[in-house]
Amino acid sequence: MILSVSGLNLFYGDAQALDEVSLEVDAGDIVAVVGSNGAGKSSLIRTIAGIEKPRSGRIVYKDTDITGWPSHRVCNLGIGQVAEGRQIFAGLTVRENLEVGAYLERGRGKSAETMERVFAMFPILQERAEQQAGTLSGGEQQMLAIGRCLLGQPELIMFDEPSLGLAPTIVQEVFGIVERLNADGTPIVLVEQNVAVSLKMANRAYVLENGRIVLSGKGEELLEDDRVREAYLGL
Amino acid sequence: MNSLARFFRPLSPAGLWLGAAFLAVLLLLPLWAGSYVMTVATTVFYLALIGQSWNLMLGFAGLLSIGHALFVGIGAYTAAYLFAAVGLPPVVGVLPAIALAVLMGVLIGYLGFRFAIGGGYFALLTIAFAEFVRIVIDHVSWLGATEGFFLKVSSADRHGIDLVNLRGAPEMYYYLIMALALGALVLCRFLLRSRLGYYWQAIRDDAEAAEALGVNVLRYKMYAVIFSSGMAGVAGVFYAFYQNSLFPEIVFNIERSIEATLGSIVGGVGTLFGPIFGTFILTPLGEIVTEAIDLLKHWGVIDPQIKLDGLKLLIWSFIVVLIVLFKPKGLWPWVCSRLRLTRPEAEG
Repeated sequence: MILSVSGLNLFYGDAQALDEVSLEVDAGDIVAVVGSNGAGKSSLIRTIAGIEKPRSGRIVYKDTDITGWPSHRVCNLGIGQVAEGRQIFAGLTVRENLEVGAYLERGRGKSAETMERVFAMFPILQERAEQQAGTLSGGEQQMLAIGRCLLGQPELIMFDEPSLGLAPTIVQEVFGIVERLNADGTPIVLVEQNVAVSLKMANRAYVLENGRIVLSGKGEELLEDDRVREAYLGL
Repeated sequence: MNSLARFFRPLSPAGLWLGAAFLAVLLLLPLWAGSYVMTVATTVFYLALIGQSWNLMLGFAGLLSIGHALFVGIGAYTAAYLFAAVGLPPVVGVLPAIALAVLMGVLIGYLGFRFAIGGGYFALLTIAFAEFVRIVIDHVSWLGATEGFFLKVSSADRHGIDLVNLRGAPEMYYYLIMALALGALVLCRFLLRSRLGYYWQAIRDDAEAAEALGVNVLRYKMYAVIFSSGMAGVAGVFYAFYQNSLFPEIVFNIERSIEATLGSIVGGVGTLFGPIFGTFILTPLGEIVTEAIDLLKHWGVIDPQIKLDGLKLLIWSFIVVLIVLFKPKGLWPWVCSRLRLTRPEAEG
């Protein structure tokens, strides 16, 4: 097992955002976490990433207990994150954005090679390398956010709503990239509102409701589950 | 030589020539300028140094300070006191002055960032501390309290060059503050293109994304405050030995803190040359206004009894309003692109 989350409780003030959440990621997995708005999906990712501090519970990554670690240490251990809403650094150029990703301790020294790989994966970023990142289109910004994450040499990547606000063709492309990264050996945690696509991709999936895991299983199985079909797929 | 060439790379040939001419005029200024112009020019570079320090925090790292007079004042009082009390020359005294200014910055920064006091509230914190220190010094008798703290000057001190004790002719102060302001510019240029600078800009553009990417946001914000308060502390040492008198209600006045921001706002927040460019516009303009009023009073156009002390600030404020409305990125980026002073892909 690569990542194991058990009994996670997170509060914002008095409001409980995560309630005894447990989750497992094995080598080679795509793990999907689905649920409606406000179910706690982003909170779960942010807690694993060390941005939010849980009240109780344990997060173990490759035999290391990382519960309560600050986010920069979690990143340095190899857990990368593509945050919600394509958070790029608008005032920096595309290349500078990527370099900031490579400045991370574990990314240093390998940046030239990884930059090549990112440019091969997203040729448009190479074309626009010297452009200010704020001038990119939504889809290009998402690609930049993914590329920037890769320059930190992550061993596991968490995606928070990568399809949010993107045109359908771009959404397909982004999901294709997620699958490709997984095929290259990177375990993925995918948080999505696009339930149908993410369950199809996932070999393990969790349904989050009001901060609780209400269902879990193989992605294909959940797709057939009546409750999922009714609540999330409108079938 | 290679690094020197890289340093000037963002400038176009026109920009290089204009920059060289500008520098030459300033270097030769003491040859023809009278004492009044020299005083104004010295003030310009002094405010440019403080502006550079303030811009480092807001323009590079996105941290708004409206209490920069605090760091300047602490630097000034520290070096002046050590000189007067134990005879420590300012060339050494500048080190404890920087240390105390930085310590104050770290304290404010820690309180602000550790408890995630964001944006406007952080700015209020800087004001509060500046006021707090002003009131404390108002009551500390060995720092002169409200009566002021004075450094002894004899008429013999007004000649020659003594850089160790910062005593000498007006030209010495002028060249010193010019070197300090240009040194700060070079330092900022270097920092902005280092890992530190890229982290600052990342935090400025999107602190949450920087955190998600694994940037230790608290630590790098702290570095910005450290560099900025240290630079302001150096400016304070200069101020103390140039003025030879320190009054809490002048040194720590919020007007000083606002002055620190104006040059950068007019020149362009976040640009390298903006703070210098802005003070080169505002300070002489303020002087011209003051002179013009005196002249009008002299001619009897304005009743000499009328006090118009605040008019300079009023006009500066009006200019800031115009800038914010029409050139929110500041005048320098606009001048740069109009006169093609920089290469297209570079800025500031």
